[in-house]
Amino acid sequence: MIETLRRTAAEAQTRLAEVADLDALAELDVELLGRRSALTLAKRQLGSLAADQRRTAGKALNAIRAEIEGAVSAARERLTRAALSEQLEAERLDLTEFRRTVRRGSRHLVTQARDRLEDVFVGMGFTVAEGPEVETAWYNFEALNIPEWHPARGSFDTIFVNLGEPEEVMLRSHTSPVQIRTMENQEPPVYIVAPGRTFRADTADATHLPAFNQIEGLVVDRGITMGDLAGTIDEFVHTFFDGDVKSRLRPSYFPFTEPSAEFDISRADGTWLELGGCGMVHPNVLRNCGIDPDEWQGFAFGFGIDRLAVMRHELDDIRELVNNDVRFLRQF
Amino acid sequence: MKVTLSWLREFAPGIDGDPVELSETLSALGLTVEEMTLVGEIVDGVVLARVLDLREHQSADKIQLVDVDAGDGRAQQVCCGAFNMAVGDLVPFATPGTVMADGMEIQQRQMRGELSSGMCCSGAELGLDDDHEGILVLNDRVVPEAELGMDLGTAIGLEPDVLWDLEVNANRPDAMSVAGVARDLAAALGVDFSYPDYSVDSGSTDDAANHESAEELLTVEILDPTLCGRFVATVLRGITVKESPRWLADRLTLAGMRPLNSIVDISNYVMLELGQPSHTFDLATVPDGLLRVRRASPGETLTTLDRLERELTAGDGVITNNADEIISLAGVMGGATTEISDATTDVLLEMAWWDPPTISRTAKRLNLVSEASNRFRRGVDWGENIDRAMQRFIQLAARLGASAVRGSVDVAGDTPDRTPLLVRSTTVNGLLGTDLSAVDMASHLASIGFGADVVGSGSGAEDLAVTIPTWRWDTVTETDVAEEVARLHGYENIVRTVPRGELVGGLSDYQLRRRLVRQVLVGFGCDETLPMPFLAPGDLLRAGLADNAVTLTNPLVAEQSVLRTSLLPGQLKAIAYNQSHRCFDVRFFEIDHVYLPPPADQLLPDEREYLAVALAGSEAPEAVAALDLIERELGLPNVVLRSASPPGLHATRSAEVVVAGRTSGVLGEVDPLVLDNFGVAGRVAWLELDLGALLEGPQRNRRYTPVSKYPSSDVDLAFEVPDEVTASAVEGSLRKAGRTLLADVELFDVYRGEGLAAGARSLAYRLRFQAHDRTLTDAEVAEARQACIDAVARRHGVSLRS
Repeated sequence: MIETLRRTAAEAQTRLAEVADLDALAELDVELLGRRSALTLAKRQLGSLAADQRRTAGKALNAIRAEIEGAVSAARERLTRAALSEQLEAERLDLTEFRRTVRRGSRHLVTQARDRLEDVFVGMGFTVAEGPEVETAWYNFEALNIPEWHPARGSFDTIFVNLGEPEEVMLRSHTSPVQIRTMENQEPPVYIVAPGRTFRADTADATHLPAFNQIEGLVVDRGITMGDLAGTIDEFVHTFFDGDVKSRLRPSYFPFTEPSAEFDISRADGTWLELGGCGMVHPNVLRNCGIDPDEWQGFAFGFGIDRLAVMRHELDDIRELVNNDVRFLRQF
Repeated sequence: MKVTLSWLREFAPGIDGDPVELSETLSALGLTVEEMTLVGEIVDGVVLARVLDLREHQSADKIQLVDVDAGDGRAQQVCCGAFNMAVGDLVPFATPGTVMADGMEIQQRQMRGELSSGMCCSGAELGLDDDHEGILVLNDRVVPEAELGMDLGTAIGLEPDVLWDLEVNANRPDAMSVAGVARDLAAALGVDFSYPDYSVDSGSTDDAANHESAEELLTVEILDPTLCGRFVATVLRGITVKESPRWLADRLTLAGMRPLNSIVDISNYVMLELGQPSHTFDLATVPDGLLRVRRASPGETLTTLDRLERELTAGDGVITNNADEIISLAGVMGGATTEISDATTDVLLEMAWWDPPTISRTAKRLNLVSEASNRFRRGVDWGENIDRAMQRFIQLAARLGASAVRGSVDVAGDTPDRTPLLVRSTTVNGLLGTDLSAVDMASHLASIGFGADVVGSGSGAEDLAVTIPTWRWDTVTETDVAEEVARLHGYENIVRTVPRGELVGGLSDYQLRRRLVRQVLVGFGCDETLPMPFLAPGDLLRAGLADNAVTLTNPLVAEQSVLRTSLLPGQLKAIAYNQSHRCFDVRFFEIDHVYLPPPADQLLPDEREYLAVALAGSEAPEAVAALDLIERELGLPNVVLRSASPPGLHATRSAEVVVAGRTSGVLGEVDPLVLDNFGVAGRVAWLELDLGALLEGPQRNRRYTPVSKYPSSDVDLAFEVPDEVTASAVEGSLRKAGRTLLADVELFDVYRGEGLAAGARSLAYRLRFQAHDRTLTDAEVAEARQACIDAVARRHGVSLRS
């Protein structure tokens, strides 16, 4: 009998190895190991054997059962794995079909440049101040040591607004009024940058806009020197621009600073590019804000934000910044 | 200001060296070089030649055949497109192989069957003048030693020169002259600076004129000393108005001024050279030689040299004659009645110092900013330079045959105080961050003509007594002097330091949260736009908005003459622009200023920072979604949509946004009529908020609510609700009735159509009941459910859908 069962077991191995699906396997499982299987029936007959024969036969039967069970479970694993892989195959997706179905928008180039500038200056210990774009002659000119007759006034090409007396209210021609407003409202020490829109009666062309963005820096503290100004600009230039960009100051003139300077940055070809203006805050400006110039000294600097964006992205027409063409905006 | 190296060297012969290095030195002095040009250099290969013969070209009538002798005695034939020369003329000749300034190489070649072995050149081709038409004929321009075949530059005595175009700042009136630039450059290079001799050349003095003195001929009275600091006048007799000599005309041309006639040219030449403008009257038109200087009265007029009648205002400086008639607008423009003419023989020459603010105001008001008024308004030199300029003018006029009477009338008004100024070396070093000795400072200052004496002070540190020169009107204070020290010391020699501020940098809460709004909207698929803040007249009306905006006085174009009060017109224009380029469903946002009309008693507009979201191709609910995102991100408290029809928006698909009881914006869809006005196709969902007010306003309480550990029960309720009752009102009633047991409400389905009354829709809510301290029993849930149903029925007359 045992021999018969051994043959059956060998046969079962072959059948299990060939079984093609889980249903067939379930049937085979019942046939081989179920209540009516030869194995189960044989086990029932064990009681009729002598004790020593019973032990030997029992052992043999258990071994055969274990062998078949192992084969069944191996077949099950094989078939389950095959079924799963069939299912996965059926679910195959080309993921490239799904790229860019959700579109994130974009921050404007000017915002990106402005945020980055703000972040660099925040890292250098500055806070960010803002102010109105429509200003009085006091904040835009007079408090900045530019009296009504001053030749420098003409160079601003100011756009005036129909409010108040003629030429009393204007679109600010620089961000410098924010200096005055800050110093009026805040005791020194002052460490601010003031980004924002400024205006000039310039016809829009590839390099000019009547409304553009600048950033202004102001430091007022005890013992501030022109060396501090040069050092601060240098530190900013090193942080903001990549590589080994250097800075230099050249004498210049602004009514609200004394001494005044232009600051340049070095280009890869060894030439210099004028970036902005700067200088030591004029004592009259401090006095106009109620600050004693014998106790406090300061420096200020300013430059264009739009131009940095133009340089960085190599725009050949600055008007792209205000056209709001989505084909342009989405590039960034 | 344009200067040439040769002119500078007349004041400081030691100025020499590589033009590029000199440019760097000028820029480092604050005389920024805008352009440097090498002039008077002719390319190699151009020689002096003589025209031997002129013949017609048989097969071309636009060119002729020219035989030239370029020094070797041979006749060389060239084809030439110009016909202005004659046999025997001396002309510039570019020999084959010459590379012209524009890069063209001259080659021997055939032109319509005739050999051409070189090129006769025009003045423009050689960079000598602007004439492109004719060949430059050199008959009376060559030097005596010239011979055929000689290098052209040598043959016409051309000196290579350097021309600089300098940007001169408003505080440097002295640098608006060749002499002033030379003084600075000489100081920086450490070479000597001095004025040439301007005495009249011996032999040219007219004895007859010299018998007279200016004092006898002229009377000058300054009635207002605040207007005129100094007035010097003399008379030149025997003047003829004619063409200026070539050297003078050439220098003026290089300096960017057009030669006109001898008198005007000498005046301009002296102004460029020494910075002192002058004015000339025809002496015959000035009765008794009397000039009075006063300010104009309102309503007075003067017909100026340009034949325009100018209306004057109080404060303008004028010069009057013996009948108190105005004959000149001081420092700005002369009058027509005393103008120099071809008949003029005697000239009254005026050189003066005018109060800069006065000149500035008059020139600006009358739009008469000229080379002269530009110098006066920055402050010319009231000292010796006027005498020097007088001498120079007389010297140059004498070379043209005029002669000056003896001496001059010299009347003084008020001039700036030039008492020595105490400059503390500690203050200068403290401002600059330098460690210069008083002696160093004095030497820097002395190099540009400042008087600077080192004086001791009580504290041991040394100070300076500084006398500011009369050519530096703008230089007044200790700080001004410190700038001069810095300039001569060299900005690049200042050691760089970084301030040791004790403040912590950072963005304000407002600024940080504004950035968050941008990020949220970018995540919502919106592109940030930044249109310019100007609108065209009528834009606001077309957008259905009030036309009460602030306007510009001097707009560049009418399309940019109005300051926006809403971001709507700009966004609609941006959408229309993109649609016209076949980009239809654009999603935009903008955070920027609007300028509401000034409130009463305020001068400036009520400037606010608004946020707009414009979603082309989307309906109103998309704008609500945008608001929800912003509400969540900013933690806005109590955001309510109040039924309204805001101007410019869709009458039945818009609402006002009320935050914490304050109207803070609008949302919905743009009015189809407005869309049509702006040429926008399709719908546009719109949200506009007073972002500034929201960022400054209250925020939702951020304290946490504990999360319940007990199971929850969900109940779905669908109500048939008339359209007049808002979903948020129903939800409010449910929340109130569910009290603390109602953990969450979600409107999960809205249905209109079959089975419902007209003008009503089904609102299906999922209510989640949950307690914090126990598992709710079925009875408790049923009770809470019923309370919710009853509340909605009671408050809105609405029943459960059967």
